[in-house]
Amino acid sequence: MTKLNRFLYLFGLAASVSLAVDASAINLTGAGATFPYPIYAKWADTYKTQTGISLNYQSIGSGGGIKQIIARTVDFGASDMPLKLEELEKNGLMQFPAVMGGVVPVINVPGVAAGQLKLDGKVLADIFLGKITKWNDPALMALNVGTKLPNETITVVHRSDGSGTTFIFTNYLSKVSPEWKSAVGEGTAVSWKAGTGGKGNEGVASYVQRIKNSIGYVEYAYALQNKMTYAQLKNHDGQFVKPDDSSFKAAAANADWEKAPGFYELLTNEPGKESWPITGATFILMHKKQDKPETAKEVLKFFDWAYVNGGKMAEALDYVPMPEKVQKLVRGAWKAQVKDNKGTAIWK
Amino acid sequence: MPTFLREVHMKRHNLLDILFRNITRLSAFAVLVLLVAIIVSLIVGSVPSIKTFGFQFLTSAEWDPVTNEFGALVPIVGTLITSAIALLIAIPVSFGIALFLTELSPRWLRRPLGIAIELLAGVPSIIYGMWGLFVFAPLFADYVQPWLIEKLGPLPIFGPLFQGIPMGIGVLTAGIILAIMVIPFIASVMRDVFEVVPTLLKESAYGLGATTWEVMWQVVLPYTKIGVAGGIMLGLGRALGETMAVTFVIGNAHKLSASLLMPGNSISSALANEFNEAVGELYTSALVELGLILFLITFIVLSLARYMLHMLTKREGSTT
Repeated sequence: MTKLNRFLYLFGLAASVSLAVDASAINLTGAGATFPYPIYAKWADTYKTQTGISLNYQSIGSGGGIKQIIARTVDFGASDMPLKLEELEKNGLMQFPAVMGGVVPVINVPGVAAGQLKLDGKVLADIFLGKITKWNDPALMALNVGTKLPNETITVVHRSDGSGTTFIFTNYLSKVSPEWKSAVGEGTAVSWKAGTGGKGNEGVASYVQRIKNSIGYVEYAYALQNKMTYAQLKNHDGQFVKPDDSSFKAAAANADWEKAPGFYELLTNEPGKESWPITGATFILMHKKQDKPETAKEVLKFFDWAYVNGGKMAEALDYVPMPEKVQKLVRGAWKAQVKDNKGTAIWK
Repeated sequence: MPTFLREVHMKRHNLLDILFRNITRLSAFAVLVLLVAIIVSLIVGSVPSIKTFGFQFLTSAEWDPVTNEFGALVPIVGTLITSAIALLIAIPVSFGIALFLTELSPRWLRRPLGIAIELLAGVPSIIYGMWGLFVFAPLFADYVQPWLIEKLGPLPIFGPLFQGIPMGIGVLTAGIILAIMVIPFIASVMRDVFEVVPTLLKESAYGLGATTWEVMWQVVLPYTKIGVAGGIMLGLGRALGETMAVTFVIGNAHKLSASLLMPGNSISSALANEFNEAVGELYTSALVELGLILFLITFIVLSLARYMLHMLTKREGSTT
């Protein structure tokens, strides 16, 4: 090694150290939804090794995330349930979708294999309303000609905690069953008419796996990782579809984000032959008026990086990345809405 | 030592004494202040709910976050029933453990058994919850519940308590897990108080020809009843407030059901489940009011126990 080389090497080392010190001064914080936690954590980890900027995300639940961002204790909030435009206005917030996923009905019926059981929205709603109580109910038999269904009581399993997953699921049921809409409605927590509650996706997954003749709903990733027996669903176009990346993407492609004010878009019961009917995006919430424009800019930079570089990681964890068209819309919204105290746009 | 020096010395001691007394008094009062602060904040937090629902909150079984209608009947009933089941099982078992350890066990076995019970008391509650859900509930569903449903379900009067489908989880399971959790507390207190019974008393009874059972029942138990009741209260206190273990196995359904095999809810598990995601003032306030109710239930139960104990000692004074 020549002297010059060594000098350059040391110089580079010093420079990188000073850079790291600079960057570590910025520590981004976020809190909210549990559903996207694995992918946010993965992104944050990779982002840190690439840029040195660390992001601390606490998965305290969507409701908690909304409370925290309103109280300004975090730099961004995360929620599976989008806020309506007037709620955003009231609190001076803006929101944008980060990543998508699907909710899947899972069953445990001896003798019925994964993807074998076919359901439509009305039957699913009636089961969760407690109106269909037996697996060999005529309505179920009619959808499943050729499949042997037992004469056993159905045990319904739902979430016991408030959850964005529940919101997406009940939003779908409200769209397909007027009776569900009037008797139960939609929300992160609802008044269940039947069944037993498990805490978290893992709680529902383990209840369904343990209780014979049960049915529940979980995030797709949980169904996949626990090798659970999922059911097919009849979508808006009358086709039976299986839950997977392509049917989620099909639902997302048919969503009209451009016409959704404040990105309030729910991807349930989307038209399209291939669309999985219970798909949903998870959202990021930020204040429109930023006291700390530097930090806000770093948050936006992080999500921009995630849009551009994080798609593969998302797919590896069974999420669906946002289409490029939507990414463009989001960047436009950042520019138009997120401002510092003087009213100049933070994102350029 | 010259007198003036001694006086200085005394003065300093006096000062220290006063300081010490005040510090201890402050610590003692801090507990009171804390207690009052908790009650006040619970009451303040539940004002919107109290205003909206009034007394009906206690009698309504409705729990609908969508339409913002809340009633506490299901969690209250769940809390009381699971705690009652827990005590029903835990008291006799704990009595047996304490009896065996103090009277019947060979000397070499006492220490390991005693340590095992104390270790059991130190196991975090979430471990009991997970064990209950993953190990106990499946076994219970496969081997015990079908039998209960088949044999006890058709009986008159208390048959409806054992009807339904074998799910493994539910109010009964929660009660049994709670019993396992409170047994170490009650048993170790019972053992400790049984051990302080003067040997003279017991030996005299044995000398008169009493059996072990009679000695326990007529000498040891009356002698130690305050301590025993204290141990039971300790267990009850834990059972009423237990959160994680119950959440895992109770089934978390806001539904009243006659059967002990069906899912229910308890106050603490409703709080643990729903507080994070509760959106809206009324929902949060209803949950805070649930907390207030749990506070009151614990307070009432413990005061009642105190009162009963007081009456017991009084009556004893008059008859002997």
